[in-house]
Amino acid sequence: MSVDNYIILACVLFTLGAIGVLVRRNAIVVFMSVELMLNATNLAFVAFARMNGNLDGQVIAFFVMVVAAAEVVVGLAIIVTVYRSRRSASIDEPNLLKY
Amino acid sequence: MTSLPWLTVLMVIPLLGAIVLMLLPRDRDVLPKQVALGFSLLTLVLTVVMGLQFQADSTAPFQFVESYPWIPALGISYAVGVDGIGLVLVALSATLVPVVILAGWNDVAPGGRSIKGYFALILVLETLMIGVFSATDVFLFFVLFEVMLIPIYFLIGRYGGADRRYAAVKFLVYSLVGGLLMLAALIGLYVVSAQQLGQGTFDFAALVGLDVDPNTQKILFLGFFIAFAIKAPLWPFHTWLPDAAKESTPATAVLLIGVLDKVGTFGMIRYLLPIFPAASDFYAPLVVALAVIGILYGALVAFGQKDMKRLFAYSSMSHFGFIALGIFVFTSWGMTGSTLYMLAHGLSTASLFLTAGFLMMRAGGSSLISTYSGVNKVAPVLAGFFLFAALSSLALPGLASFIGEFLVLLGTFARNITVGVIAALGIVITAAYALKLYQKVATGPTSPAVEGMTDLRGREITALAPIVFLTILLGVLPAGVLNVVNPAVERTLEVVGISDPPPVIPPIVQGGEQ
Amino acid sequence: MIGNGAVVLSEGAPSLEPLAAATGVFAYLWLLIALPLLGAAVLLVGGRRTNRWGPYLGVLTVSLAAVFAIVLVVSLLGLPADDRAVGQTLFEWVFVGGFTVPAALQLDQLSMVFVLLITIVGALIHVYSLGYMEDDPDRRKFFGFLNLFIAAMLLLVLADNYLLLYVGWEGVGLASYLLIGFWQFKPSAAAAAKKAFIMNRVGDVGLSLAIMLIFITFGTVTFDSVFAAAGEANESTLTWIGLLLLLAACGKSAQFPLQAWLLDAMEGPTPVSALIHAATMVTAGVYLIVRSNPIYDGTAFALTTVVIIGIITMFLGAIIGSAKDDIKKSLAGSTMSQIGYMVMAAGLGPIGYVFAIFHLLTHGVFKANLFLGAGSVIHGMHGEQEMRRYGALRSVMVITWITFMCGYLAIIGIPPFSGFFSKDDIIHAAFEQNIIIGICGVLAAGITGFYMTRMVIMTFFGKPRWPDDAHPHESKPVMTIPLIILGIGSVVTGAALLYWGNIESWLEPVTGIEEKPLAIPTIVLEGITLLIVLIGVSIAIARYRREVPVLAPKGNLLTVAARNSLYDDAINEALVVKPTYVLSDGSIFVDERIIDGTVEGSARLVGGLGARLRRLQSGFARSYALLMVGGAVMVLVILYLARLP
Repeated sequence: MSVDNYIILACVLFTLGAIGVLVRRNAIVVFMSVELMLNATNLAFVAFARMNGNLDGQVIAFFVMVVAAAEVVVGLAIIVTVYRSRRSASIDEPNLLKY
Repeated sequence: MTSLPWLTVLMVIPLLGAIVLMLLPRDRDVLPKQVALGFSLLTLVLTVVMGLQFQADSTAPFQFVESYPWIPALGISYAVGVDGIGLVLVALSATLVPVVILAGWNDVAPGGRSIKGYFALILVLETLMIGVFSATDVFLFFVLFEVMLIPIYFLIGRYGGADRRYAAVKFLVYSLVGGLLMLAALIGLYVVSAQQLGQGTFDFAALVGLDVDPNTQKILFLGFFIAFAIKAPLWPFHTWLPDAAKESTPATAVLLIGVLDKVGTFGMIRYLLPIFPAASDFYAPLVVALAVIGILYGALVAFGQKDMKRLFAYSSMSHFGFIALGIFVFTSWGMTGSTLYMLAHGLSTASLFLTAGFLMMRAGGSSLISTYSGVNKVAPVLAGFFLFAALSSLALPGLASFIGEFLVLLGTFARNITVGVIAALGIVITAAYALKLYQKVATGPTSPAVEGMTDLRGREITALAPIVFLTILLGVLPAGVLNVVNPAVERTLEVVGISDPPPVIPPIVQGGEQ
Repeated sequence: MIGNGAVVLSEGAPSLEPLAAATGVFAYLWLLIALPLLGAAVLLVGGRRTNRWGPYLGVLTVSLAAVFAIVLVVSLLGLPADDRAVGQTLFEWVFVGGFTVPAALQLDQLSMVFVLLITIVGALIHVYSLGYMEDDPDRRKFFGFLNLFIAAMLLLVLADNYLLLYVGWEGVGLASYLLIGFWQFKPSAAAAAKKAFIMNRVGDVGLSLAIMLIFITFGTVTFDSVFAAAGEANESTLTWIGLLLLLAACGKSAQFPLQAWLLDAMEGPTPVSALIHAATMVTAGVYLIVRSNPIYDGTAFALTTVVIIGIITMFLGAIIGSAKDDIKKSLAGSTMSQIGYMVMAAGLGPIGYVFAIFHLLTHGVFKANLFLGAGSVIHGMHGEQEMRRYGALRSVMVITWITFMCGYLAIIGIPPFSGFFSKDDIIHAAFEQNIIIGICGVLAAGITGFYMTRMVIMTFFGKPRWPDDAHPHESKPVMTIPLIILGIGSVVTGAALLYWGNIESWLEPVTGIEEKPLAIPTIVLEGITLLIVLIGVSIAIARYRREVPVLAPKGNLLTVAARNSLYDDAINEALVVKPTYVLSDGSIFVDERIIDGTVEGSARLVGGLGARLRRLQSGFARSYALLMVGGAVMVLVILYLARLP
């Protein structure tokens, strides 16, 4: 099976994730979309590693997973804290950090 | 020569002093000053001891050399050493620091802050000044050149006058722009060295040995030159200086203008000329033009100033014009004159700012000239020192600045008579503004602000006396300085490959013997 | 050339005998300068502690220097006539590349007569000042400055090279600045002092440029070496050097066009005026020209210019002196005129050098006499300087009157008073050179007769015009004794120098001498001169014999102009001062608006840009995300496009 299919799949997943981030208002969903994007890149990395016959891509994929896990820890904590104070998980409402 | 790492020791002692100072308890008032004075005096003594061991007739370009690898991958090392020019500037720094500490004894920080930080910053600055004059690794020089901005930024921004924040930021941004250009040129130079030597290096001697393509030189030269021209302030890169001088405390101003700004002109002699000889030659007319404009323009603007400190700043700018002029006419007279002028200007700046500082402190800090009148009547000693400072600034023969100024003019005149004549006009305007200032401030009926003013006290006279003594000594017996400076100047000119124009008529030597 | 002081000699270059090393009593030559310098240092650094005995120390140092000068002249006389020059190198001063200037002194015939004049007249003025400045609280400082003045002037005449001379030159400028402005609380005194220094500075620029030109031409600035090679330089170079030296001399000697400071300098205490006008300062310019005679010998143009400047100043000073009602200012005009005489004589070349110096010496004595006499009058009149408020003072100030008359007869040139010999020699020399110059000299002598007679009549003769509470009185012995000595000097100096001191052959080794035959016999010329002088005197007697109004009459156009010093201040104001202010204001405008404006403008530009760009930070997380995606897409597009070819 050619590597193209994996790449196309990764692109589709990535695009879906990106659109999710842009259009959804709920922070949890945005968060999940980000995870989707990350996993799309993981897929691409692994596919390329397989194609090139070395482990570099797989190593990066592991890195990404670790980063994603760390991100979930911090991100969810923030979302929960915001939800506690505002009773909403909308990503548009907390806009205090602006010019 | 002993194996003691003299220059490193000189740098470490003030730094140590600064650390000790910060560890002192907050509520002690006098102790930090005493400690700062002690450490700076120790540095001065060691500098003198080191200077006495300097061998004027040595063939080595640098003495007291130390070199340790720092970032070997990039060819960067911690390498220090001084030639005659560096030595006298190190000595100038080491001399002025105890003087300003003594003179700034009663300086207070605005907002009731502890004053010990002020003295600690001065000591840190001393370390950096000594370092910048003795670095023989261009990268080390650059780092120190930039780091020096930090203590000065805080000295102006925290301890200065009413508009201190504005002045400090203006100074910092100006200097950073110069530093950025210099960094770019430095990287360019590194690339050239990597191309030619296989392994890139920042070592001064190796960089001088490079054969840089003239067109590349012209570009790299500009990077360094603008940084130095901002630092030294040459016209038209000078407008940070009046603000910085006005908002600084006198002690800061002395270190800033008296020593730090010399890094610019020092850099021109040390780095621009030897590393970029072709470009220096190419740009010399431009620099000479800027310098001459600076001389006259600075003097004219100083003539019309209403604020004493701004007047001093513009007068310094005019003097820096002389220094740059002497460097870029490529004669041994001009360059030695410039070096002497750097020393003399450091001393005259110190006497001007410190006496003016003492005067202003007695009248509530106003630096407006119109506040003062008739000081001579109530405080004759203060007025006497003020007059001395004015005379030293107008280069009265017998004082240090005269020899520097005359040699610069001589070197210029020998190269180009017209430029020499135009520059010489500056000395009339200098006399005009210096004496006009003295006339306004010290003579005539006493003004209300001056009424009841006390004369100088023992501590203040002690701070000024060494400056006066050195100014006269260097004017009458410059032999010691000339002995160490001349070889360094000759070496620099040899690298540039230009020699002094010979006299029209071969001189007849007394006695007729060859 | 770089690197060592050694200079390669071209083949067959003439060698130069070095000056005889100073041995014996000459080994202490430096003491001449060191003594007054020490006095100045002790008095000025010592501060109030020296108040009590300081002035006496000041007198002592200068008197010792005078005694030493006499010892030196006696020793010099003991040497063969051609070897009366000794040199003493004190230390290496400046040495850079080929520019080697030692701090070295040179005592030759020319320096010697100056040293005598400076120290002896200087010492007398010091003694006189003990009385004149008795009540001044800053008396100590005054003597310190006087000592400094003497030291600087001695350095000027003893230096063996131009650069060291320059140190003395500006040192004199500094001392005069301090002394003219001695009463600093008077704004007019402070302004006059500043004016004197700055106008002198203009001359100093001439001197420093001359030194540079000398160095790049000859490779040295030592007198002997320069003069030995002067013949080889081309004429235009020599002309330039000569003109620059003349500019310097104009500043220091108050010659046209730099004469305006001299009258204002009268703001200083009267002994200072005496010192400036007689023994020091204004004589420096004449010294410089005569000293540089080998340079002027090669350039007729510069010499002619010197003569013209001398003549202009001679008449300028005489006209001003004729109209001023302030006794000191009138005397100042006379100084200007007399120095003009000397400069004119110096411009005559070898014919005139000796007589310029001769007149300088006699003038030094009688002008000191006149000024100190005027000081005695002012002192006796409690500071009144208007001659219109004097009159008939001969009855109350006998000694002052008699000594003043000696000076008066000397300056107008009545035989056998000193001025007669020197002035006559100059006129004689002038006729030898050119009849027009000679006529100018005679005319000026006539005007001198007029204004000096006017001064004497207004001061000492006629009816008293002083207010009732003036109580004029004779001065104390400490003031009158120097006056008596100078009075005697005014009588005898001329004859003594000419016949006993043999001034012509004495100075000849330095200046050279030349004589041309004259169509008319000397005695006739002397007679004509005397006649003209007497005409001037009679006009003055005729005009001022009768009542002198206390308020000055309106006077004709020339009188009004002369009272205003021929508008020199107005001219300087319009030509130099105003333009400087305009230039200064213009530069400030450029600095604040254009240069700093550009800097501030660029700062504001960055600031403004930032203010607009920060609107992008809207706080909506999703718009940030959109921007990021947009940016990433842009990068991809660019990468794709860049890959195309």
